[in-house]
Amino acid sequence: MPEEETVLEEENMVENEKKSPVQNETIPDKIKPDKDDGAKTKIIVSNLDFYYGDSQALFRVSLNIEENKVFALIGPSGCGKSTFLRTLNRMNDTIPGTRLSGTVLLDGEDIYKVRDVSAVRTRVGMVFQKSNPFPKSIFENVAYGLKVNGITNKDLIAEQVENTLKKAYLWEEVKDKLNNNAYLLSGGQQQRLCIARALAIRPEVVLMDEPASALDPISTSKIEDLIAELKKDYTIVIVTHNMQQAARVSDNTAFFYEGVMIEAGPTNKIFTKPDKKKTEDYITGRFG
Amino acid sequence: MINPTVTETAAPAAEIPLAFKPKKGGYIPKGLTLLSVIIITVILAVILYNIVFGGIGIISVDFLTHPPEQGMEAGGIFPAIFGTVALVILMTIAVVPIGVLTAIYLQEFTSPDSRITRLIRLAINNLAGVPSIVFGLFGLGFFIGFVGRGMDLLFTDGSGPVWAQPAIIWASLTLAVLTLPVVIVATEEALRTIPPEIKDASYALGATKLQTIIRVILPQATPGILTGAILAVSRGAGEVAPIMFTGAAYYLPYLPGKLNDQFMELGYHIYVMATQSPDVEKTKPILYGTVLVLLVLTFMLNFLAVILRSKIRSKRVNA
Repeated sequence: MPEEETVLEEENMVENEKKSPVQNETIPDKIKPDKDDGAKTKIIVSNLDFYYGDSQALFRVSLNIEENKVFALIGPSGCGKSTFLRTLNRMNDTIPGTRLSGTVLLDGEDIYKVRDVSAVRTRVGMVFQKSNPFPKSIFENVAYGLKVNGITNKDLIAEQVENTLKKAYLWEEVKDKLNNNAYLLSGGQQQRLCIARALAIRPEVVLMDEPASALDPISTSKIEDLIAELKKDYTIVIVTHNMQQAARVSDNTAFFYEGVMIEAGPTNKIFTKPDKKKTEDYITGRFG
Repeated sequence: MINPTVTETAAPAAEIPLAFKPKKGGYIPKGLTLLSVIIITVILAVILYNIVFGGIGIISVDFLTHPPEQGMEAGGIFPAIFGTVALVILMTIAVVPIGVLTAIYLQEFTSPDSRITRLIRLAINNLAGVPSIVFGLFGLGFFIGFVGRGMDLLFTDGSGPVWAQPAIIWASLTLAVLTLPVVIVATEEALRTIPPEIKDASYALGATKLQTIIRVILPQATPGILTGAILAVSRGAGEVAPIMFTGAAYYLPYLPGKLNDQFMELGYHIYVMATQSPDVEKTKPILYGTVLVLLVLTFMLNFLAVILRSKIRSKRVNA
């Protein structure tokens, strides 16, 4: 894949374009830089290589993720999009035998240079593919993040649990059964509970790994509505298999293929006139 | 069958019944296995019948609450019950923390295929296979001869052995070593059933490893740990060999009140009455009664473990 390294760049990645004239040539029509609509760049990933043991899963990925936008990662199974997502809050640290090179800057600070990994994860929250509530009560699920981060004031916790459940549009459904086990909720409710749990500690970025892949259409649309609502307060990065979903919810999209970030840009451009042949083939369903 | 004509040409109808011809000797495996089941059931039934009918007559409140009298030819077995309970409580206090911490180390802090993990597991499996009399001698040599003597040298004026003698603390520690594999294996089993997604969720919320272990992993593993502890207790309660050198007494006029007291124990009491009684015929009903009490005690503990395990299983299905 080394020959593809030259074509990895995202269009609005101004500083990298300056560095590498070759990349400028490979980007035919320059689209408007994000500075025009005043969006701030929240996360800057540059030259990220990632390895599981000896096998390399990501090849020199560079991406900019804007604040208060929804960024979608698409691509066929095994293309590295979930691995990439998990590098953004160092969740891959929990897997033995993994290593990485390159930088991930969150508000300009390299998260891999932060000594306390839990500090990174309180700023970058995560929602997983399979809803994974703790086998505890609904209340305890949402309160967990607050408690492990040192908040002991019970009134404060109760208030924040209520606020967060309202934010996840789950409050009306669960307010009378906060002490019930979370497993008694439906699949869609469980996933929204997991979103609420992630929001409770007020992260700045929320990572979502195919959050609706195991849900029915109604639950899925609820999650999508929620995502649209959440981007006012959070930066959201979402991995999805479902291209319609990416088109519906995201502002920007990146296409991954075999560990390489092929193309990234505004969602409507990626889905209507992508620059790369491979992106077009994938979007139009010729493979993947 | 979507297309019957194709099937007909591919496999002529006349050949098909051959495949369904019953083979000879099909009853042999079933017969053999059933025979084994019958043998084992009959043996168990005979044992139970003997013990229950031999011992039920003597069981009474007095028998359970009074000490032996007249050279064990009369009286009850209260000191032995008391000693057994005290022994297994001390053993549990020693074995559960060490066993649980070992299991957590193996499951959460090492990768399952690493050389050190395999070595530790091998050691644990071997520990489980060591004959219990060897544990008894180990307890005598290590706990009494080494630890006890060391404590006497350090903490006493040397006027006589205080710790370097058979005592309930050494017997319970010896039993703890013996039952360690039971607790480790049961705890590891429980830890293995915890879905990794739940741990991920905890880490993703900024929890540290210690917080995740205390708040998510241990509460989930508690039923499994309890099962292990109960199995350890029921194993420990029935062992005689490890305690006969390390603290069990033939007869004591008092109940153990200090850690370095000796004690009476049900299993050892049975052994003593069966082998060293001056009049076997007279002690026979008491012997049967003691066996029945010990049996009921271990059955109850095993039954409790089974219930706990089935609870874990149903929990796993629901999750």
